[in-house]
Amino acid sequence: MSPQPARSRSAIEVSALTVRRSKQNVLEDVHFSVPRARITGLLGPSGSGKTTLLRTIVGVQRITYGTVSVLDRPAGDPALRREVGYMTQAPSVYADLTVEANVRYFGAMHGRRRADTVDALSAVGLTELAHRKAADLSGGQFSRVSLACALVAAPRLLVLDEPTVGLDPVLRVDLWQRFKDLTTHGTTLLVSSHSMEEAGRCDFLALLREGRMLAHLTPAELRQQTGTDDLEAAFLSLIRDSEAAPAEGKRP
Amino acid sequence: MNLRSLAATALRVLRQLRHDPRSIGLILVVPALLLALVYFLFENETVPPGAPRTFDRVGLMMLAIFPFVVMFLVTSITMLRERTSGTLERLLTTPMHKADLLFGYALAFSLMAALQAVVASGVAYYVFKLDIAGSPGLVVLVAVVNAVLGVALGLLCSAFARTEFQAVQFMPVVVVPQILLCGLFVARDRMNEVLEAVSNVLPLTFSVDALLEVAGNVDATDAMWNDVAVLSLIVVAVLTLASLTLRRSSA
Repeated sequence: MSPQPARSRSAIEVSALTVRRSKQNVLEDVHFSVPRARITGLLGPSGSGKTTLLRTIVGVQRITYGTVSVLDRPAGDPALRREVGYMTQAPSVYADLTVEANVRYFGAMHGRRRADTVDALSAVGLTELAHRKAADLSGGQFSRVSLACALVAAPRLLVLDEPTVGLDPVLRVDLWQRFKDLTTHGTTLLVSSHSMEEAGRCDFLALLREGRMLAHLTPAELRQQTGTDDLEAAFLSLIRDSEAAPAEGKRP
Repeated sequence: MNLRSLAATALRVLRQLRHDPRSIGLILVVPALLLALVYFLFENETVPPGAPRTFDRVGLMMLAIFPFVVMFLVTSITMLRERTSGTLERLLTTPMHKADLLFGYALAFSLMAALQAVVASGVAYYVFKLDIAGSPGLVVLVAVVNAVLGVALGLLCSAFARTEFQAVQFMPVVVVPQILLCGLFVARDRMNEVLEAVSNVLPLTFSVDALLEVAGNVDATDAMWNDVAVLSLIVVAVLTLASLTLRRSSA
């Protein structure tokens, strides 16, 4: 393992990031940072490049131009595989295994024990269904298995791509509380969503649109800047502003 | 390589299989049934006293072909699912080493292959009185090496398929020529030069040769060990190629 580099205040630093795919810029000159031990929400309409940005951070997407540093190392550095947990947007679990076998397997890849599996299952409310085959679950339950597979690793950075899609409101509130608890233990979360209701639960927001970073601020700043309490309306107003003055993305 | 994640992977693959009784049937029961079919095909053949029955030759070769074909099929589909379901990409973001995945697969399926070989050769020996000189243990050994070869080729081929349908299309391309040229239908020394030369470099040829050595000699021969060594080298080479298809990042 390479020597521990100097510790910066951000868990993730993205600078001048451009990703080209099939001759199109999916991300264009993105600058953005994610503070440690906080929840940062990555928001934007579908097709805005959220998943691509998350994929560059976990190191599975090749970078065309720019730099992405994660926990003071370049994204994709082998040492990061121990530190970063990733939940893909489409649930990536084994449909022909039980819920518990899935979580235990991904836990084993991180050297976790059975007790961690139990914890992760209770966090997503699947304790009762632990011995059911994943294929027999409903869509929402299935994606919770995928989330548990990311939580079980107990990494320092959790990158979650739309983790609460298809969840009932009660469970959604529970999970956000769980995310909050994780940050008090020093875990950094980067969570993508297209629900503005969830944006209010984040400490920081990054708003992405058509591959460009529109704004990077706290929910309070967003409300203040746009003069509305409704985050949905605030986001729309930001988009309108950016269309009026398309030259530069706003940065606080 | 990390033994714990290798073992966890092998266990996981076996667990997936356990939930799929049909695949278990394909691995354990179908070879025995096909052997029975071959036996009854040649049931009424008249051979001069002392001469080997056709079943002794064909049945023996089938013991080499089964594990290869079945494991190629099962592995290429399982691995393709791993690629398309996103679980592979997810695994590659964990500390797991690529070798843990490949050898985990190889370990799980060679266990199944060993069981398959025990069942199939048990049926061949005790039910159909397959007549061979060498030890049944060596037959199982060759079958297992052959299964690992099928696993390795399946892992590699899955990289070039996008759907399960495409994966199955590799059967006639990769597997059938090897069966045609391994000496099952025409003895290899009676093929024309070009076909014999091709046959000389096909992996399945070495396993059939190895089994013929086991059949013809009471003790393990150097030629048999030679075949097994060549097979093992091919397996390592194919697994290495397969590991190159497991990319951690994509464009």
